[in-house]
Amino acid sequence: MTLITSPNIAQADEFYAELLAAHNGLSDAQSHALNAQLVLILANHVGDPNTLKEALTLARQGFDTPP
Amino acid sequence: MPYDYAPFPYTAPAGLTEPEPRQRVVIVGAGPIGLAMALELAQHGVSSVVLDDNNVVSVGSRAICWSKRSLEILDRLGVGARITDKGVTWQVGRTFHRAAEVFCFDLLPEDGHKMPAFVNLQQYYVEQFLVEACQANPLVDLRFMNRVTAVTQNGFTTVEIETPDGAYTLESEYLLACDGAKSPLRQMLGLEFDGELFEERFLIADIEMQGDFPSERRFWFEPEFHSGQSALFHKQPDNIYRIDLQLGWDADPEAERQPEVVVPRIEKVVGHSDFRLDWVSVYSFQCRRLARFVHDRVIFVGDSAHVVSPFGARGGNGGLQDVDNLGWKLTAVLDGTAQPGLLDSYDRERTFGADENIRNSTRATRFMTPADGVERLFRNQVLALASKADFARPMINSGRLSKPCVYPTQAPDDSRLPEMTRPGAVAQDAPVGNGWLMDELGRRFVLLCLGSDTPEVSGIDVIKFDPTQMLRARYLGTADRAIYLIRPDQVIAARWVDADAGMIETALSAARQ
Ligand SMILES: Cc1cc2nc3c(=O)[nH]c(=O)nc-3n(C[C@H](O)[C@H](O)[C@H](O)COP(=O)(O)OP(=O)(O)OC[C@H]3O[C@@H](n4cnc5c(N)ncnc54)[C@H](O)[C@@H]3O)c2cc1C
Repeated sequence: MTLITSPNIAQADEFYAELLAAHNGLSDAQSHALNAQLVLILANHVGDPNTLKEALTLARQGFDTPP
Repeated sequence: MPYDYAPFPYTAPAGLTEPEPRQRVVIVGAGPIGLAMALELAQHGVSSVVLDDNNVVSVGSRAICWSKRSLEILDRLGVGARITDKGVTWQVGRTFHRAAEVFCFDLLPEDGHKMPAFVNLQQYYVEQFLVEACQANPLVDLRFMNRVTAVTQNGFTTVEIETPDGAYTLESEYLLACDGAKSPLRQMLGLEFDGELFEERFLIADIEMQGDFPSERRFWFEPEFHSGQSALFHKQPDNIYRIDLQLGWDADPEAERQPEVVVPRIEKVVGHSDFRLDWVSVYSFQCRRLARFVHDRVIFVGDSAHVVSPFGARGGNGGLQDVDNLGWKLTAVLDGTAQPGLLDSYDRERTFGADENIRNSTRATRFMTPADGVERLFRNQVLALASKADFARPMINSGRLSKPCVYPTQAPDDSRLPEMTRPGAVAQDAPVGNGWLMDELGRRFVLLCLGSDTPEVSGIDVIKFDPTQMLRARYLGTADRAIYLIRPDQVIAARWVDADAGMIETALSAARQ
């Protein structure tokens, strides 16, 4: 496991607020676009293919089981 | 000047009046693949009969981009110089989003190769040169207006053939189906052709105009001069230019082909009306392949075995790599120097190659024609990011241009030697003496010794060079000597820093299985 899943953001509440603020004034479609860019930017920063695969797997967890 | 589609001569085949002897190889289809196949076999001393239902080259321009690897193969077949002399050489591709350039690639940034990265030349010229080489070759019996209508096999193959003068049959040890994407032979054998159709239509136009355009590939996403999703522009010889315009799935192919619709579209692309339409068609594209290419004594080669969308030029170029792979193997089986099992390695290696081509072509086509929803979202955001962050630029996929695959192999290797020449890869060219390394390799197994003593191995040609700087970079890496075993198709079979005769003999016999 190379993906960090334990808390790793020093000021998590701060980041969460900034994430929401980044979407201020955007339509839903624009928010989706921003999120897509953010995913691509962060993925490029991570770079390592195994870490990225683990992130994709973790994100996908729970979506395949019916609610 | 429009190309002159002079018909090739038809002569009534001998088989109409009396049964002909069984042939070693019958090739069905005189497209680029069937013609190259006949020349390849002839180089190995194997005669063949080539049957084609038609008597002209490919009408309208289909393939235009011939890769470095294809040029090396065609050079070995004797038509390399004609193609590079006539064609337009290029290696740089530019991709635009609207009016801004967002990505640029250089396919051959280093020198020291006999062949350029790409040559653009209309398929009809390539076929014409190949036909002329076949006609001049006593081992090739090229028969136009000979349409295959039925096939059976039982330890050998029999085809029924229709000609303007009636029908006859022809037997052969092996039958090579080079009969194109719609392959009647595939249908006669009842074989499935699995894969994906892209729900998109493309206008493909060749126009003649005067102009001084650079020899580059140009691709636009959401161009300002065309309301569709993408456009592609290529230079060809004779002042001919290829323009591909994405039209959308709802476009009516018949209406879109009409000059009164096409001309205004092209005017917007080139900015004037001083051009002549040379050829126009509307295509949709597919990526499919046969599950197996070898069906006992019927072997599928080229488009009959696999088709791809053209973004990446992997169709004809992929087919020429099939020819390269099959020629020496079939020869060895026919000559009895290898078991028929060697043909399984054609199947294994070329289905691997086809999968790589299909994967690349599919990804490019999906990038151009994203499905509604999240696929389009990510596509558009990659394009949007490209203007503000470098990393997104190479993610823009307008086609990853044809390169030979590296065949998977367990053959002997040494990690000190460079990755690009690992076993399974095609040998890298380099200048040697007054010529080129590629001219020394191929047609037979050779042992390439660089800075090393020559082990005594019987029945194999040894070639030796003092390592130049380029040979070092491409073949030695951090080592100061190496021995490479290279197959007749110029693929590296095995390599060592030091090897004795026994090790080489073992690798040689493994490569022949
Ligand atoms: C728009 C477009 C652009 C392309 N661009 C490129 C490119 O840039 N680079 C590239 O490498 N590839 C490109 N391709 C793909 C390329 O054209 C094909 O891969 C190539 O033509 C395949 O050659 P082939 O010999 O296998 O088949 P074909 O060229 O289709 O030849 C098959 C031959 O078999 C004959 N035949 C069929 N049935 C019978 C029968 N029953 N009896 C006797 N003869 C028969 C046909 O008449 C024909 O001559 C492009 C294709 C298209 C459509």
